[in-house]
Amino acid sequence: MRVPTLTDPRGADFKAYKRIRQSETIVALERRAIEALRALGIMMTDTCIIYQTIQPPTFGEHVAYGDTGSTIYANSVLGARSNFEGGPAALSAALTGRVPRYGFHLEERRRGSTLFRLEDRPRCLSDWGAVGGIVGRSMTSYWEVPVIAGVSAPVRSDELKHFGAALASFGSTPLFHMVGITPEARDLATAFDGTPPQAHPIGRADIDAFYASYGVEGEGLDVVVFAAPQMSLFEMEQLAGLLDGKRVHGKTTVLIATSPEVKAASDRMGLTETIETSGAIVLEGVCFYQMHAREIGEANGWRTLMTNSAKLVNIIGGYGYQPTLRPMERCIACAVAGKVLP
Amino acid sequence: MRGGRKGAPLSERIIRGHPASGTPITGSALVAQDNFSARYDLDRIKGVFSRPSHILHGQSYVGRILVLEAAKGGVATAWMLREMAAREMAPLALLFNFANPIMAQGAAFAGIPVMDRFEEDITRAVRSGERLTVEPGNGIVRIHGPA
Repeated sequence: MRVPTLTDPRGADFKAYKRIRQSETIVALERRAIEALRALGIMMTDTCIIYQTIQPPTFGEHVAYGDTGSTIYANSVLGARSNFEGGPAALSAALTGRVPRYGFHLEERRRGSTLFRLEDRPRCLSDWGAVGGIVGRSMTSYWEVPVIAGVSAPVRSDELKHFGAALASFGSTPLFHMVGITPEARDLATAFDGTPPQAHPIGRADIDAFYASYGVEGEGLDVVVFAAPQMSLFEMEQLAGLLDGKRVHGKTTVLIATSPEVKAASDRMGLTETIETSGAIVLEGVCFYQMHAREIGEANGWRTLMTNSAKLVNIIGGYGYQPTLRPMERCIACAVAGKVLP
Repeated sequence: MRGGRKGAPLSERIIRGHPASGTPITGSALVAQDNFSARYDLDRIKGVFSRPSHILHGQSYVGRILVLEAAKGGVATAWMLREMAAREMAPLALLFNFANPIMAQGAAFAGIPVMDRFEEDITRAVRSGERLTVEPGNGIVRIHGPA
């Protein structure tokens, strides 16, 4: 490898796969893939949040990311330069130390093209994901660069993570600007390199309608998933706080996916123990939709799924699940009740 | 010259798009005013659209020329198309109003012809079941009419 080369989440957690009935066939495939990647000199980081756990790229740094959530965060929040690279193209970049000179590596491609104005501040991570989903649904091509105005106070890394991951997923969008927040959008004129277009407003009613577009209330709840992207240490702490002293309903499974680094820190700080005492399962180095979701769904009889990840509700409907989006606190309350509650 | 060419049968129409990779191919169109991601929308084992909200839900895409609005979603299409082609469970060709680098990489890797950016909305210019010839190198699609 000519440049440091890292891996995205795997499809199986070797320490936990039996608890969620993943087949030995899938696990054997995973072991073969790991052997091959190691032989190439690739670092098995197994994470989609390298910018929160390993090393964030810097402003102007050219990278080749085969992960949409990492790409949009690196481009937008950090001002690094990447296109969406598929696995084979990212591997080619690693072998050569080169990427094709096009798209979002070029300054002129990075200016804003569509303007949105937030009328109401999102209240939680899933709200930020919903806004990302709303903007992403309206994107017509990879080349459209949305600019978000109306965000008056700083936004946390996890909030931008959920917003970006959903926007990238719903829109196939690798770059956004947030006026006054992200580095290439000091003000509106900078974001657009001139006069901005008319803004599309996004308010509380739009966010509520986004939630309402998924799920059916009153049904039994089979599985609650916190993943896509993997949990940061702050999210793990929040989950531990919400699950402390609670008991997950006997008919509901709670899965929490995080990176190996965050898992080790969570173990050390007692967060994993608090979480798993409730009956929830912490998985490391994986992400739910990459874990052969259809097969584990069938093996466990899972159909109704709840998550606070807008990205996951976008993906998982095609895998035999009926997904519902709720804030993290509601997800936990529903997991304890064993039902899809409002 | 829009809508025809010298020597073409009277019923044949030609639509121009952005030249792209892939060998010429003829087949039956499967059209929707909807988007596409191999990861999100397909049951790749059964060869059908599996996302309930997709207009083509339940329909088989195997051996069809898919005509859709835009490439959406993440990076998995970049390798999934090749995996589908290896099992002979892939679409014959892909036509979009807007593809993206992932779709271009995935189609090239799989040997599936792909084209985008046509002179008109390709999802409205073509109807499901029509026979098309896709000539990516020449940047044209010939619409032969109903099969």
